[in-house]
Amino acid sequence: MNQLKKGLGIIWMILGPVTIYYLIKIAAEEIAKKPGIDTKIQWAVFVVIFIPIAIGIVIFGYYAFKGEYDRLPESSKEI
Amino acid sequence: MTNGSESKKIWQVIAASSVGTLIEWYDFYIFGSLATVIADQFFPKANPTAALLSTLATFAAGFIVRPFGALVFGRLGDLIGRKYTFLLTLVLMGGSTFAIGLVPGYATIGFAAPLLVLLLRLLQGLALGGEYGGAATYVAEHAPANRRGYFTSWIQTTATLGLFLSLGVILITRHFLAPDLTTSIQRFNDWGWRIPFWASILLVVVSIYIRLRMNESPLFEKLKSEGKVSVNPLKESFGHKANLKMVLLALFGATMGQGVVWYTGQFYAQSFLENTCKVDFDQSRTILIWGILFATPFFVVFGGWSDKIGRKWIMLIGMLLAICTYQYIFKQFINLTAPTGKTELTGHRKDLGEKTIVSPNNKNDSLHRHRWQVHYTDGAVFEEVKVDTLFADPARAAITKSAIVYENKKLDTSTYRKLIPWIFILILYVTMVYGPIAAFLVELFPTRIRYTSMSLPYHIGNGVFGGLTPFIATLLTTINVSDKLSGLWYPIIIGAVCLVIGAVYISNRIDPNVND
Repeated sequence: MNQLKKGLGIIWMILGPVTIYYLIKIAAEEIAKKPGIDTKIQWAVFVVIFIPIAIGIVIFGYYAFKGEYDRLPESSKEI
Repeated sequence: MTNGSESKKIWQVIAASSVGTLIEWYDFYIFGSLATVIADQFFPKANPTAALLSTLATFAAGFIVRPFGALVFGRLGDLIGRKYTFLLTLVLMGGSTFAIGLVPGYATIGFAAPLLVLLLRLLQGLALGGEYGGAATYVAEHAPANRRGYFTSWIQTTATLGLFLSLGVILITRHFLAPDLTTSIQRFNDWGWRIPFWASILLVVVSIYIRLRMNESPLFEKLKSEGKVSVNPLKESFGHKANLKMVLLALFGATMGQGVVWYTGQFYAQSFLENTCKVDFDQSRTILIWGILFATPFFVVFGGWSDKIGRKWIMLIGMLLAICTYQYIFKQFINLTAPTGKTELTGHRKDLGEKTIVSPNNKNDSLHRHRWQVHYTDGAVFEEVKVDTLFADPARAAITKSAIVYENKKLDTSTYRKLIPWIFILILYVTMVYGPIAAFLVELFPTRIRYTSMSLPYHIGNGVFGGLTPFIATLLTTINVSDKLSGLWYPIIIGAVCLVIGAVYISNRIDPNVND
């Protein structure tokens, strides 16, 4: 199970930047199709909001890959 | 519980927390429930989709700012205590909600109108970001260890009950502003929509009174008396790997999926019925009300079960069922509300008139719309609209492009009753993912940084991932116009990722001791 956690960690690290790449790509396509201010604002909001979340999942994946989730803390003394 | 006075105390704690939390959810949801009406008032009259999206964006703004509220008020709650922090959130929410009801429309004050509404919406989001973490923490820190899931699940009912209350107040207001329904609805759309916003101030005053009489959380008092209160909850929560990794796990393994299931099963389901299936305003909401009424007790059922069998698998099974059945259930909505197979009642067709408008797809072209009210033998009444596209380009002028669409569908009793069980099932999934989650989040973090640590993943999961669900799903259907169900891919994909992470990384162990 711990090997699975670590292996999946690589996937989560890749998922973050891949998600942002596709989000920006779709945003650019939609803005090109309908270049109104509404479209630009809406997609800009999505991209800005999801970038830190994508960074978060990369960090999560890194921790998983390094084995940080092999054993979860059982009391606050471990935190 | 060891004796009657302790039992009475925990119920007082639950009541005091829940009433205020319910009011905050009500305040937040009346805006979303009135998205289409507010679109007319505060955004320039362009094509209806753009107006709806703009309003949902404002609605989404309230959700996106929730994590910031979680940071601000979570930090306060860990520094000065739970009680005074979630008094503050209640005052902020009540004040901004009341103020929304006072803002003049776009026709009166121009662009200042949507800007003011946006600002007040952001304040609502900030307040809500501070509310939930406090309420859940406050109840959990009073509850006995072996019934933490059960007692905190009462807080979990407040979001859905707040939605229920918002829908009910809106429907009642909409129907009682004039003796005849048409005039009443007209008045509601003109100014009556403000009443639900004003009404909240009375409820907020009651809640403030109740909360002022509450005592501080005993765990926080103990921490304070021992001098162990955190000096920098934000740094401790997110600046140290040991806690940060648990915040990330809570988000990606639980609240992210829970958030999309919550909003898909309630808000997007109602929006889908109204805007995709074109069900009548009232019916799309009363169907949801019935579903909520039947499903709400299950928050407490699943919260209580989680004390016996653990939190993890109840939440993840709810997520799994949701992502596996969404496409099928929403297809039932489309099928049940379609005019296919219906027989028109002869002699009852009523001409509602015709008009020509600018095409939303090409400003040079026009759409000629002719509306009829059609009665069917099963009791349904639909508006049938014949839409002819008039091309400005002379080369295309000879082309006839017609379509018949159906709007404002008043469903027959049989169809209406068939929809309720499907909504009930969607909300049942909500109760599975949401019922145990307060106890789950509380148990992940130590007392001194609990308010901060649990609030952020909760509000990112629910505010960002969940709150944007109706908006993103609607947007996906405008990209892929041929597939009305394409919007569901957002909650399905997010839910699936969360399911895998939760299944692999989260433990089913219940922490017996949150007093640390």
